[in-house]
Amino acid sequence: MKGIKDKVAIIGMGCTKFGENWDMSFDDLIIDAVYEAYEDAGIGPDDIDAVWMGSYWSNLPAPSQPLATTLKLDYKPITRLENMCATASDALRNAVYGVASGACDIALAVGGEKLKDSGYSGLPTDDLAMGLVSTGPNTFRSRNFTAPSHFAMMATRYFERYGLSPEQGREMLAKIMVKNHNNGMLSPKAHFRMPITVDQVLNAPMIAWPLGLFDCCGVSDGAAAAIVVRADMAKSFRPDPVKIKACQIAVGPSEGYLNPNHDWTMVKETWVAGQKAYEEAGIKDPRAEISMAEVHDCFSITEGVIYEDLGFSTRGGMGADIEAGTFELDGDLPVNMDGGLKCFGHPIGATGLRMTYELYKQLQEKAGDRQVKNPDLGLSHNLGGTPGGCTISVNIIGH
Amino acid sequence: MAGIRDYGAYIPYNRLERSSIAQTWGGYPKKGEKAVANFDEDTVTMAVEAARACLSQGGNEKVDRFYFASTTAPYAEKQAASLAAAALDLSPGAFTMDVAGSLRAGTSGICAALDALRGNSATNALVTASDMRLGAPNGAKEMDFGDGAAALVLARDDVIAEIDAYYTVNHEIFDQFRPADHPYVLSWEDRFVREMGFSRVVVKAVTAAMAQFNVSWSDITIPVLTSPNPGYLKGIAKKFGWDPKLAAMDAIYPRAGNTGCAHSFLLLCHALDRAEPGDRILWANYGDGCDVMLLTVTDRILERKRGGVETQLATGSPTTYPKYLRWRNLVETEPPMRPRQEPVSAPALYRDRRCGMALQGSKCRECGTVQYPVQRICMNCRAKDSFDYYAFADRQGRVVTFSHDLLGVTPDPPTTVAAVDFEEGGRIMVDITDRDPKEIAINMAVEMTFRKFRRTNGIQVYWWKSRPVRKAQMMPLGKDQSSTVGGVAARVDGGGK
Repeated sequence: MKGIKDKVAIIGMGCTKFGENWDMSFDDLIIDAVYEAYEDAGIGPDDIDAVWMGSYWSNLPAPSQPLATTLKLDYKPITRLENMCATASDALRNAVYGVASGACDIALAVGGEKLKDSGYSGLPTDDLAMGLVSTGPNTFRSRNFTAPSHFAMMATRYFERYGLSPEQGREMLAKIMVKNHNNGMLSPKAHFRMPITVDQVLNAPMIAWPLGLFDCCGVSDGAAAAIVVRADMAKSFRPDPVKIKACQIAVGPSEGYLNPNHDWTMVKETWVAGQKAYEEAGIKDPRAEISMAEVHDCFSITEGVIYEDLGFSTRGGMGADIEAGTFELDGDLPVNMDGGLKCFGHPIGATGLRMTYELYKQLQEKAGDRQVKNPDLGLSHNLGGTPGGCTISVNIIGH
Repeated sequence: MAGIRDYGAYIPYNRLERSSIAQTWGGYPKKGEKAVANFDEDTVTMAVEAARACLSQGGNEKVDRFYFASTTAPYAEKQAASLAAAALDLSPGAFTMDVAGSLRAGTSGICAALDALRGNSATNALVTASDMRLGAPNGAKEMDFGDGAAALVLARDDVIAEIDAYYTVNHEIFDQFRPADHPYVLSWEDRFVREMGFSRVVVKAVTAAMAQFNVSWSDITIPVLTSPNPGYLKGIAKKFGWDPKLAAMDAIYPRAGNTGCAHSFLLLCHALDRAEPGDRILWANYGDGCDVMLLTVTDRILERKRGGVETQLATGSPTTYPKYLRWRNLVETEPPMRPRQEPVSAPALYRDRRCGMALQGSKCRECGTVQYPVQRICMNCRAKDSFDYYAFADRQGRVVTFSHDLLGVTPDPPTTVAAVDFEEGGRIMVDITDRDPKEIAINMAVEMTFRKFRRTNGIQVYWWKSRPVRKAQMMPLGKDQSSTVGGVAARVDGGGK
């Protein structure tokens, strides 16, 4: 049968506290995440057959070898991979595929990023980590675009298309970030754990019109890890393993940059990855069947458009669902129960597995004050790149 | 015979009140304003602008000789003409040459082009003159100097003005000069510059030229004289016996400043905008000597849409002195806490020269879809390597969406970024420059402009931005408007000796 559903299960996970971990190196973060996962699974390094490790910039240019040294994973196959902001989700997908293929029984997916050694907020340029001259078209690359402005262009267009004044649109989006901060307060491992108000969001310094400071996620260091095994082995490790239902990646051909048909009010890659994941997991009505979701709220508008692209809201319907509290912790379909990228920050190589960690703990009813009632299926979503052209991952896990 | 087939002017959008400079330093306020090239402009980008205005009817591929004149070209070793030729998509067979070192650089280029045309070694010669000179802060030159460019295409036939003859003298004097290792233009005492330099040399040269051309002042209807200081023109007028009203002959200086070697070109373009068939123009340009030319305007001038210089002068926006100081790197500012500039790769830049410099995308031969940059595999029908290059530079677009980015590093925050759809197809993600952020809106019409981007290890990356359409539609001027006073177009009408 085509697809990954129920062939592989997660038996252990770990996640560091995300934040400005000045006194922790990339290696420290990785060790802490992986050893929490070992402990959670009740296994040790000798049990691991293969490793897929995600990082975007950290420890380049040869991160696999330091990983073996750091973790003393002697003479195991280790692959370092990168798929933009979906890097950690793709590390998990690769580990899952490795196990499902029969090539190995126990695989480790780990992702981490050390962003706060750079000396500034935001993501480094490629050369900072690689020490290389970019070989992409110089002219294209010389544009002074930042990530916030790319996502802001989606907000500008969304407001126009749905007849929202900038004030109305900004207030609608502010409520998403207020929700995420409410949730982040309940997350011991989150970077930012304070409440914010709609007024604070609206009056914060402008970053890229129409997005202000609190429309943007934080920048943090962190790491997370998952140990996956053949589904039929899972219960021998623990009574409550969590099954993989779908692992999908959709990489778009940058239509937002090239094609006038792309109107910047949706991210087609999200829609495609979502549809494929639903098909793989056998989900007909995502709004009703998905219990909860961890999605890529790098910016307020991103989370809003994700609601629509994943079929949680109708087109143009995010505002009504935000008003109705649909995505609050006690709503019909809680989103970003742990506070999301907004409160955890976004260490690129770690984020996808941090999301999986939250879903895994929720499914095991171990989410403490954030616990969602009787969750059955959890969805995680990453957006790597910009709304004009991106890598989207949608992973679904459940009982 | 040979003459001017077409002309184009470019005056930067940003303008600085001279009084704001005086106010800053507590100096004597001069009247008027100076045109200020934006932080993303240099003499190459301005020359490209002027040349595009000049070649607006096409014909880039016919240009077989290109002289780029400037005293402030961006490179000491690296030809500015070849940079501009790449942006203008001129033929690789075109002879290119930089002319520098003098305020006569532009007219020297004209003389060289005339020789080439008369000697049958060229058929269409493009000459651009662009300058952005610096006067030291708190000096008169800083207030006087402005930035700008103009371009002329010379040909043997179909000309709007014949260049009947030229006369040139060289004259060695340290009146106004800039050492190669010095950022600011220097000069000797004003009276020496005027008496021993400009006045003496121009009077002698013009007098001798007119004798050689066999014309008298009664034959000349429009004098176009360029002076390092427009104040000197009054004395010249007196010496030549013109109406004293003609003293205020420099229409560019009050509104854009003295634009260096571009100045004589801009004054001539301004005159041509108002000239009538049969007008005889005496065009003289001073700097380390003097070039003098005699032009006769032809009937073809009526076929051309004109008024471009006035449009350029009239479409601008005020900027501030602190911004100007920052754009010219005259103040040190705290570096932003942002990623450092990615180093430029010369091979990557070389590969990108058609898409990057000439703004060419592709048009699929199978389905006709246009796309930027060149897509070897069509985004619509996936045909592989079946496309023609497609030029976007002269096409107009509309803003699909935008943001004003305050995080990105720029000397002119915010960076206005946009997705632009072109009326004849295609989309490009570009900055919007020369804009008032408050006026940017979805569906706003924009046009493309060649600009500077990042520079690392001495390599300047050029690419394109968009800007709100500068009301560049040229107005045909009627006969009775051509006598408008206040500019170089003021006519002598036999008012000479």
